[in-house]
Amino acid sequence: MFANTIEPKQTAVDNTESYTDTELESLRSEVEWAINSLKMEIVQFAMKVQQECSKQAEKQASLTIIKFAQKYASNGLGVEQRQIQQMALDFAANELAPNMIEWDEKEIFPLDTLRKAAELGFGAVYCKEKYGGTGLSRLDASVIFEALATGCCSTTAYISIHNMCAWMIDSFGNDNLRSQWIPQLASMEKCSSYCLTEPGAGSDAASLSTTARKDGSHYVLNGSKAFISGSGEADLYVVMCRTGDAGSKGVSCILVEKGTPGLSFAKKERKLGWNSHPARIVNFDDCRVPVTNLVGSEGQGFNIAMKGLNGGRINVASCSLGAAYAALEQARDHMKIRKQFGKPIEKFQYLQFRLAEMATQLVASRLMVRNAATALDNQDTNAVALCSMAKLFATEECFKICDYAMQIFGGYGYLKDYPVQQYMRDSRVHCILEGTNEIMRLLVSRDLLTER
Amino acid sequence: MSGLRVIVGCKRVIDYAVKIRVKPDKLGVVTDGVKHSMNPFDEIAVEEAVRMKEKKLASEIIAVSCGPTQCQETLRTAMAMGADKSIHVEVDAATYENLQPLHVAKILAKVAQDEKADIVFTGKQAIDDDCNQTGQMVAALLDWPQATFASKVEKANGDLTVTREIDGGLETIKVKLPAVLTADLRLNEPRYATLPNIMKAKKKPMAKKKPADYGVDVAPRQSILKVEDPPVRQAGSKLDSVETLVGKLKDAGLVPS
Repeated sequence: MFANTIEPKQTAVDNTESYTDTELESLRSEVEWAINSLKMEIVQFAMKVQQECSKQAEKQASLTIIKFAQKYASNGLGVEQRQIQQMALDFAANELAPNMIEWDEKEIFPLDTLRKAAELGFGAVYCKEKYGGTGLSRLDASVIFEALATGCCSTTAYISIHNMCAWMIDSFGNDNLRSQWIPQLASMEKCSSYCLTEPGAGSDAASLSTTARKDGSHYVLNGSKAFISGSGEADLYVVMCRTGDAGSKGVSCILVEKGTPGLSFAKKERKLGWNSHPARIVNFDDCRVPVTNLVGSEGQGFNIAMKGLNGGRINVASCSLGAAYAALEQARDHMKIRKQFGKPIEKFQYLQFRLAEMATQLVASRLMVRNAATALDNQDTNAVALCSMAKLFATEECFKICDYAMQIFGGYGYLKDYPVQQYMRDSRVHCILEGTNEIMRLLVSRDLLTER
Repeated sequence: MSGLRVIVGCKRVIDYAVKIRVKPDKLGVVTDGVKHSMNPFDEIAVEEAVRMKEKKLASEIIAVSCGPTQCQETLRTAMAMGADKSIHVEVDAATYENLQPLHVAKILAKVAQDEKADIVFTGKQAIDDDCNQTGQMVAALLDWPQATFASKVEKANGDLTVTREIDGGLETIKVKLPAVLTADLRLNEPRYATLPNIMKAKKKPMAKKKPADYGVDVAPRQSILKVEDPPVRQAGSKLDSVETLVGKLKDAGLVPS
């Protein structure tokens, strides 16, 4: 540290030797230089500590938030459901939340984490236990997906799609297909994707044109599917294709494995959200699959699709609930920290009232979703209408909650460093897929106007 | 060595992530409506017991908790992680405020005798009172050897070899069974309860007992006089020169004038 040009001299009280002025000057500047470099080191260290602390604080904050996301979310749940919810919240806080921003930014498909989730039973939540499903109800599944979505909405949405595919095979496939596929899907050793939508057939799903022509002991598939979540990564594709005449009665459900000649994938789409799983156009060019891959019977495909969508709508609405709740809690915590005009912004009545409105709409959404899930579990005659209403209401209200939560963060909310913008981006698509919210209105009005 | 019977003590404490607030009467902290969970070190003990069962070292794991009705949640978590059955020793909320490690140790010692346990396993300390006494007291009451702050537990012929975390580093000791173990942080990382295990847990037996059943008197021997927040951190001040710094240090008597 010291240049050591000057030897320290004896400095006894009665010293006769003393420093010359120039020596003193040198000594003084040496000491000042040393102190300044020490100061710089301290400042740099303090900055590093501050960065670490704010990283830790953010992490801790997100953990705290998610651990308490059940503030109003466990009303009406049984003892076991609360245990399940708590476990899913812990998993979301520890395994999903710390990674959600990175997975979104780098568009990573987190297969390891998905398999960890599957180990806990999240791979086939409502498939029967006989072939390896967890055997829980739709209501339990809604609680689970809501809890997981507080950690990462996009990844949870993929898990729910995978669950829907497994359920289709479990409910409509024969024992051979079930024993072959359910164990592998439950553990997520194999991941699956659901192929219904086509470039020319979205809301008008019954007009799909991917064909499956029977040729001896095979079906030959030709056509394209669009916006398929998980495509390219998934090992099993549940494909709705036309085996018969035009219209819904000509559609069948056929399984296609990755690697089958004739199955190919177009480029990965660049999306606003849902970036932790890829979406691609899936092409079938004379793709031959054994007839044993037919799920259910020929012509039953549309029926399977519609039944699957009821549950899918509850799942996607549940993901919206989780995203909205996490965003709401983060906004609330921000209001306690952020000060403007001399006080924390939680003191401003407008924001207090907006927060109350957001929480009210969230609880209303949650009640609708859980009510619809219970109706589905009980096979109520109006389950379809209830699921449609729940999906319509929850996805719209929860997106608005995420959006206003971002507003509460001010400029910071717009930065990708803060998770709140991701909940907003991820939950936006829930208003579009699993049936657009316009189609939900159609289904509900049709149910109301049908003479019964 | 096969078939060790393990008692695991599980305490229900305020969750580690909660911001603790002192009650207005300054006699305790706010617990109403506050999130509680199993003491993290006890979770580690449960996890270790479950691993011992998976390695066929242990044959039965019994989770025990002393406290009000809500402790049953904690026991259900222990059973969901893999404990075979549990015992809830009911202590009403008012008495629970003053329940001390010695009371709990007497109860655990009796349970260990009743259940013919080979190991009593607890966390090294609870995160609410930080007493770090219960395990040690159980060992003294039963006159059993103790291996506290365990960071590794292995079997060694008829005994256990335990690595302990101590101030100077790590110490490895051999303890004869039956013994008391207390778990330290690095012993393991507790698993999430799987959904199937959560569902199975509700069928596992939970016995309901009272301290009197074990002949233990839980009347308080201590009373809390005062609970206070730690002092608020004082702001520092920025100085403009070395001379001022030296002057301040001299004034504070930290540097000879």
